[in-house]
Amino acid sequence: MSHEGALSAEVRRRLYYRLRLLRQVEERIVADYHHKEMRSPPHLYIGHEAVAVGVCTALRADDLVFPYYRSHGWYLAKGGELKALMAELFGRETGCSKGWGGSMHVIDLKAGVMGTSAIVGGTISHALGAALALRMQGKTSVVAVSFGDGATEEGVFHEALNFATLRRLPILFVCENNLYSTNTHIRDRQAQLDIYRRAEGYGLPGHLVDGNDVVAVYGEAAQAIARARSGGGPTLLECRTYRVLEHCGVNADDDLGYRTANEVAQWRARDPLTQARHLVAGNEAERIVEEIRVSVDEAFADARSSPFPASLVPEGARP
Amino acid sequence: MKFREAIRAATLQAMELDPAVFLIGVGITDPRAVWGTLSGALQQFGPGRVIEGPLAEEALTGICVGAATMGLRPLLIHHRVDFVMLSMNQLVNHAAKWRQMFGMQQTVPMVVRAVVGRGWGNGPQHTQSHHALFAHIPGLKVLVPANPYDAKGLLLAALRDEDPVIYIEHRWLHEDDAPVPEAYYLTPIGKAAVVRPGTDVTIVAVGPMVPESLKAAAALEPTGLSAEVIDVRTLRPLDLEAVLQSVTKTGRLVVADSDWGPCGIAGEIIARVAEAAHDALKARPVRITWPDSAVPSSQAIEARFYPGAAEIQAAILQTVARQRDTELLAPSTVKKFDGPF
Repeated sequence: MSHEGALSAEVRRRLYYRLRLLRQVEERIVADYHHKEMRSPPHLYIGHEAVAVGVCTALRADDLVFPYYRSHGWYLAKGGELKALMAELFGRETGCSKGWGGSMHVIDLKAGVMGTSAIVGGTISHALGAALALRMQGKTSVVAVSFGDGATEEGVFHEALNFATLRRLPILFVCENNLYSTNTHIRDRQAQLDIYRRAEGYGLPGHLVDGNDVVAVYGEAAQAIARARSGGGPTLLECRTYRVLEHCGVNADDDLGYRTANEVAQWRARDPLTQARHLVAGNEAERIVEEIRVSVDEAFADARSSPFPASLVPEGARP
Repeated sequence: MKFREAIRAATLQAMELDPAVFLIGVGITDPRAVWGTLSGALQQFGPGRVIEGPLAEEALTGICVGAATMGLRPLLIHHRVDFVMLSMNQLVNHAAKWRQMFGMQQTVPMVVRAVVGRGWGNGPQHTQSHHALFAHIPGLKVLVPANPYDAKGLLLAALRDEDPVIYIEHRWLHEDDAPVPEAYYLTPIGKAAVVRPGTDVTIVAVGPMVPESLKAAAALEPTGLSAEVIDVRTLRPLDLEAVLQSVTKTGRLVVADSDWGPCGIAGEIIARVAEAAHDALKARPVRITWPDSAVPSSQAIEARFYPGAAEIQAAILQTVARQRDTELLAPSTVKKFDGPF
């Protein structure tokens, strides 16, 4: 909470509002999923919210984010349109990807949410290309790319750290370490468990952050973003956090036995929203909850009443 | 102008005309400049637009995807097609999907130039063509130029296209020499070319098999056989119309490919002709492809590995049910690569 003193009331409210938005949208997905109207594999962000909200709140509107397939949180935190997200999950033509992408492939170019990939580590290199392009085009925007701990085992993560540092690209690498790649613990996959320390080998700063503390993430991200924008080059943030529900789907997965009930309970006790409750005073939290509830109701109703895509060949598919 | 000089001319011309075009790749600032195909580019455009890449093919390809979605036009260059295999995730799962996966909101105008390293014992991992692998994927375009004119025209067309384009270039043809206009021009993507008109048999050829086919056709002319040769030029989208038009006229089809047979472009062309114009065929189609094995290194068997004019000639005779009574042809006259790498 060391950065908290400097936060304006506006930023504090924005942080809390976005945390609630991400949580309420996904809680509604959980509640409605059994109707089988949303037929797309959801990798829910519940438990991770402080990461996307902390980073995106430190970004400018004209900065770009490259989320991964656990995509809803980043999409919403960066200002992606809620109705288009829900329509996409419902497979509608009015979806953010017009029904061609689904939960794992969201995009909102107006909000600076670049297209997401269902391949682990798939967009890390896209972020490099975008950063390179921004610099060639003389722009001052920066790029943030997010990925899980599993992605840091992919070769492209290492290729990207090297290239970004070599070219001093304006990038923030955000690793959301939730300890598991699907249901396999990081101990069974990595020999050295401090992901942020990979940065040292490639010559860029790497920091460990409490990924359940939105103020901490915001503070670290703000510094890294300022550094990137001033030409200082990339930074790696390892945000340790926890996925509360199953890897993909809307249920708890305590029955699988790959993690203990005690571990889940400990992380639930450190819920990012509970920890951030103090950011707003009085009954402001209740007002925010209600405001978001209305938006979510609207977005779900809107999605349900929207048309499905009609053609297997999208307009303009072949020039 | 030589084939490799035509590639250079197209590259420099595209960069002069369009500031969005930039080059990236492993070893592209090497003084040898990719067999001279990039000579002078670094000096003229500087390291900001001629970007030396670390040995990181997946990242470099993803960098091109990201830059292309931002409005740039990257040209990624590989010294061997074999190295592109390291980047298939980005090409197949990302570049090829991006336009459709997000409801046509973004295009990925990038070009991957990759060289086939046939010759001088380059062996199993430095000589593959792989054009059919790419042509299998919706969302990619695949070009295989066969002469200096198209080497320039197709590369310029690729650098204006909105989709990811794979441009496969046979080093075997690098020294081929033919007139090439100085001016800017485009060879249309998706259009085959009838490079020799004929009436008795259609030969559809890919890349280095085009000059071999022309040689076979010329050798058969004195025997009274008139072979039409089609340079397919673009494998995806495939100009089926041009092939059908010719086969409808000749009734006989030989496809000469510089790649393996199974699941390849030769089989694809024959299948599509059979579906669309079966009744026009007077004889079973024949495909000429590589032996179904890795490319050998030893000069003793490397030379025997590659089919050429002689095999095409034999196939033509097979379709017209004639004996192999014509004198076998000499090996290719295309200037070969003399090593070492």
